Amino acid sequence: MKTNRAFILLGVLLLVACAGLAASLDRWFMNWAGNRAKDFSPLRIAIGDGQKIFAGQFYRKADVYFHSGMYPSIFDNNESFKTAHIGEDAGATGSKNTGDEENFLGKDRDIIDRFSRNFFPSRHTHLEAGDAPHETSSKELAEGESGEVREILPWLKIAQELDPEEPLTYTVTAYWLRRQMGKPREAELLLREGLKNLPDHPALQFELGRIYFENNRDVARARNIWRHAAATWQRQESAKPEPDRFIQEQILTHLAKLEEQAGNLPQAIDYWQQAGNLMPERAGIPERIKELRQKLAGAKPQP
Amino acid sequence: MKNSLAVAQLVILEMYRRKDFYVLFFLTVLITGLMGSVNFFNDPKVARYLKEICLALIWVCGAFIAIATTARQIPAERESRTIFPLMAKPITRWEVLFGKFLGCWLATCLCLVAFYLFFGIVAVAKEHHWPVGNYFQAWSLHCVMLGVVIGMTLLGSLVLSSVAANITLSVVVTAGILFIGRHLNKVAAQMGEVTGPLVSGLYYAIPHLELFDVRDLIVHNWPLIGWNIWGIAVLYALVYAALLVFTSWLVFRRKSFQ
Repeated sequence: MKTNRAFILLGVLLLVACAGLAASLDRWFMNWAGNRAKDFSPLRIAIGDGQKIFAGQFYRKADVYFHSGMYPSIFDNNESFKTAHIGEDAGATGSKNTGDEENFLGKDRDIIDRFSRNFFPSRHTHLEAGDAPHETSSKELAEGESGEVREILPWLKIAQELDPEEPLTYTVTAYWLRRQMGKPREAELLLREGLKNLPDHPALQFELGRIYFENNRDVARARNIWRHAAATWQRQESAKPEPDRFIQEQILTHLAKLEEQAGNLPQAIDYWQQAGNLMPERAGIPERIKELRQKLAGAKPQP
Repeated sequence: MKNSLAVAQLVILEMYRRKDFYVLFFLTVLITGLMGSVNFFNDPKVARYLKEICLALIWVCGAFIAIATTARQIPAERESRTIFPLMAKPITRWEVLFGKFLGCWLATCLCLVAFYLFFGIVAVAKEHHWPVGNYFQAWSLHCVMLGVVIGMTLLGSLVLSSVAANITLSVVVTAGILFIGRHLNKVAAQMGEVTGPLVSGLYYAIPHLELFDVRDLIVHNWPLIGWNIWGIAVLYALVYAALLVFTSWLVFRRKSFQ
């Protein structure tokens, strides 16, 4: 009887010790930086940061959809196709394409090659401005749906889920959401989610400013966001050996246009000059500055 | 022909009794349904990703049904020794073999009808239009392509020692042609003087199954393929299927079942 009691007490002691150890390990595990279980995503738990590799593939897949399936494979000539058109057309990234990227198929090599081109998309099209392979219906045009660019969204969403620290996915998705699909609210929410993952990222702030300027017509907020983005760029990028000049140039030119619209010509000239200093090879800036100076000179004599 | 049709009917009945098709169809419906329920930026009209997933599942299931059904036809008859009473009947070996081919092909085509009907329902629910001509072309090209695959698997079932080896080889060859068949000549151009012509010869010799993969045209709503082009493609596949069945018969007529 005495022995049984000792066994029961020992069992209870072991159970309490197990529960205590589990509780303390759980607390440590939840605070551990390498804990993948925080996200409750099976994919993240399984492959961790490896999912970023797949994110790039899904971004590419979105570009394939943007071209209605006409896209170079690894066997085709990819020399001239360096930048995805969804990003280039969105103004989210500078282009490294040479302009003849639609000719990757080249001339047909043989009779099978010639015949096979009837069975896959072999004409370059974009899912925007009525450039879809089939004829756009009058109903679609009436609804303002000239393109079917919404079809790229699932792949961009997956790319963003897999790599939440890639700014390009947010800016490209936000651009197409607000520009072609009339969903500035969804675009803003997406960018704000992006800013949670990438705090103070100038590209995300720039795109957010575009929503306020182009969609919401809120000049004051757009100005504040872009000024903040320009300052952030200076802080984050200017010291880098190869800074992302494209985005700073975009911020400055948009700020210049905003000030022009607001009638603050000296400020606009200042932004154009900064943009010109940053990208001296960009044509049209000196002429624009000259034009604005003339306008300013013409406006000054009046009392 | 009557005898071949009787054998084909048996194969179709066998397919009807087996659970393969039902399981695969249910899985396709389930996965497509789950993927269709995902919300992307509050836009219910996003459809192409769903069409692509559904068609990919149909292609995988179609290939599995065709290869698995065909690969076990002759070996199963041998193992269960039903080949002997079958041969004892007034039926030629050609009729048996052609009946097996026809049965597997018709059974697969029937399964594809169900799959493509489901695909059509999914597409019309999302896009509100039903391009019947395009779907017919996709289904018919898929069917004739699987005719070639069935012919290839039937030949494999007579040449290779086991069902597993035949299924594995058929899957590898089919997938290989589908993925790189179109590009073999480009690869050959980059190769040396000896291997280049070999790869180029292979390019001209293989049945170009990738021609029949018009999923991208369907997913992205491209216009119909010219009916003359479609006709040539169908004829191309039928010639290859006939060649493979004929080669299978050459092997089968000399085969000893002792």
